[in-house]
Amino acid sequence: MKKLTLLTSGIALCTASMAMANDDLVAKMNDPKQWVIQTGDYKNQRYSELDQINADNVGKLQVAWTFSTGVLRGHEGSPLVIGDTMYVHTPFPNIVYALDLANEGKIIWKYEPRQDPDVIPVMCCDTVNRGVAYADGKIILHQADTKIVALNAETGAVEWEAVNGDPSIGETNTATVLPVKDKVIVGISGGEFGVQGHVTAYDLATGERLWRAYSVGPDDQLLFDPEKTTALGRPVGPDSSLNSWEGDQWKIGGGTTWGWYSADLEENLFYYGSGNPSTWNPAQRPGDNKWSMTIFARDIDTGVAKWVYQMTPHDEWDYDGVNEMILTEQEINGTERKLLTHFDRNGLGYTLDRVSGELLVAEKFDPAVNWTTGVDMDPNSDTFGRPAVVAQYSTAQNGEDVNSTGICPAALGSKDQQPAAYSPRTETFYVPTNHVCMDYEPFRVSYTAGQPYVGATLAMYPAPDSHGGMGNFIAWDNIEGKIKWSIPEKFSVWSGALATAGDVVFYGTLEGHLKAVHAGTGEELYRFKTPSGIIGNVMTYEQGGKQYVGILSGVGGWAGIGLAAGLTNPNDGLGAVGGYAALSDYTALGGQLTVFALPD
Amino acid sequence: MTFIPRLLAAGLAAALSTAATAQDNITAAYDEGGRYFTEDDIPTFNVAEDGTVDWLTFSGFRRYHSECHVCHGPDGEGSTYAPALKKSALSMDYYDFVNVVVNGRVNGNSVMPHFGDNRNVMCYLDDIYVYLKARGTDAVERGRPAKKDAKSDEIAEAEHACMG
Repeated sequence: MKKLTLLTSGIALCTASMAMANDDLVAKMNDPKQWVIQTGDYKNQRYSELDQINADNVGKLQVAWTFSTGVLRGHEGSPLVIGDTMYVHTPFPNIVYALDLANEGKIIWKYEPRQDPDVIPVMCCDTVNRGVAYADGKIILHQADTKIVALNAETGAVEWEAVNGDPSIGETNTATVLPVKDKVIVGISGGEFGVQGHVTAYDLATGERLWRAYSVGPDDQLLFDPEKTTALGRPVGPDSSLNSWEGDQWKIGGGTTWGWYSADLEENLFYYGSGNPSTWNPAQRPGDNKWSMTIFARDIDTGVAKWVYQMTPHDEWDYDGVNEMILTEQEINGTERKLLTHFDRNGLGYTLDRVSGELLVAEKFDPAVNWTTGVDMDPNSDTFGRPAVVAQYSTAQNGEDVNSTGICPAALGSKDQQPAAYSPRTETFYVPTNHVCMDYEPFRVSYTAGQPYVGATLAMYPAPDSHGGMGNFIAWDNIEGKIKWSIPEKFSVWSGALATAGDVVFYGTLEGHLKAVHAGTGEELYRFKTPSGIIGNVMTYEQGGKQYVGILSGVGGWAGIGLAAGLTNPNDGLGAVGGYAALSDYTALGGQLTVFALPD
Repeated sequence: MTFIPRLLAAGLAAALSTAATAQDNITAAYDEGGRYFTEDDIPTFNVAEDGTVDWLTFSGFRRYHSECHVCHGPDGEGSTYAPALKKSALSMDYYDFVNVVVNGRVNGNSVMPHFGDNRNVMCYLDDIYVYLKARGTDAVERGRPAKKDAKSDEIAEAEHACMG
């Protein structure tokens, strides 16, 4: 009897210390002087309470210090700041530096993993990495080859390692991880290699694997409860995924999970989206291909899905659903609600009740979007929640070996992973977007493990009959489903935004500018051209009583590949070819952190 | 299960017997079942006076933009990630080109994967090669070729046999 008491109190102690670890992380998130998670906070708002730099003085911003990462590839994500230490990551080979902010950025430690370079060509579209995470005194790195490493934040010593996937079948990683409660939740890449997408939880203390939930497959692999897991308020029922595929195609069915994750500790839920079904040739996978292209709300402890919403059933355009889910509390029709706002690749901005999964708003956040006339919002309709597809732009209806032209947006979406920001002061979302359309011709492909499994030819070009640029930076009202203002950009905006209590919104451009605009009007207040194109996310912190703004430069990612030589519109006829801006005319490879501050 | 292009073996034999250095690696000297070859039996493109491209060049455009462009950029133009293949197709010997695609190669952190067991590439290797040569010589402009020859029965048959 005595033994049992001891054991019980031991468990209680262990639980208590883990709860404290998470409390510590939440406390740090609430301290605007630090930047402790890639997404700013669990809500993915990318909003800072710091206001030393504000709309009145941001025009005086200067470069305070810089740091070269030593790697010349696409730099996504951002550094973290915990206390007086900054953690900077790089693309492959995924080096991590700990810099002493109290000592002119001196390198405290450097960690460079050994990875087989064979993983490089299996990574679709560049060897980017969207950054490390921090929890419980550990820096957590998710490498390209899917190895997860927990490093002692003070020394850089390896505390545990776990392997999440198999690059030889195309499973790789580009994303950060979500540290939440006593767990580390991680996703997987490889939608262009026929990977069966999944999300997995590891024990933060030991690295032990706790549960795995697939995006496609049988209920036990999905971690669905057919009676309790709901879609638009109704139970999904048994075999909800299997019934939406033909034969065994789901086994190479995609639905990868490489985006950003958010969490609501009160509801004990975390949120993320799944990517495209494999292949890009819709004729080879009849059915809705559930649950690709889906928003998931899952229990943090068990992984079981509470609700799902599939945005693009039977994808025909590669509109991955992985973009971030931004959590807010706002009033709708006089009632305060817990909301989830999501800007999908398919060009629709969704607002949902994040507790129930109820769909509240689905509107185009780029007027160029033409593949759909809109989402059926009638709860009594058979097609409730489904987008109405325009036949002319349906690559499935047009069929294999037919080139469907003038589809907006292009496969990279009206917005890709580059995260938006939300300011509670203005109740406005600030969204980096693409303004690119495409021709899409699907054709038959065969599957070979570890080899690309694409099956479509694409041509992309700036949205026709518009401003000629390939991007916009927009302000969005998620209740009305309307654009408030829009800043045209020459290139896609591939940088994550930051909003601050100083009513300034920051973002980077592919030419390499860091820009600051007014949160209310969008008026440009400041710009500085960094050494290379920006695909990283803007972050801010305070050190020694001074507010700093940091951004990684280093062009790459899909933008560095697709836009390097410029785009051409095959439908413009002769003469227009080469008429659009080539990114290589503006910037070259780089790998640098630039940190800004106001002059003393 | 062998994906070696049909003509590779023949071409090798020709190269061995003549040991001739290719004077002209571009100009089509003859065609066989809708495929065009140089005097040295190397696959090449053919563009008619009205701009009509041969089927392989068009097919190469499609396959390139499915399998290659995610690293090498649109239209063989290259990217910040991987070299411009429209130049490689001219500077490299056909057999070297085939060898790199089949076996891959590593140069530090710059890695070309091996496609030897990928039918989507191997069954269309000549297609991609002649398309890139057409791009490299500017015989074909950027973008989708507007006019093309029909796919010949011989090409359709070979494709069917290769893709399985």
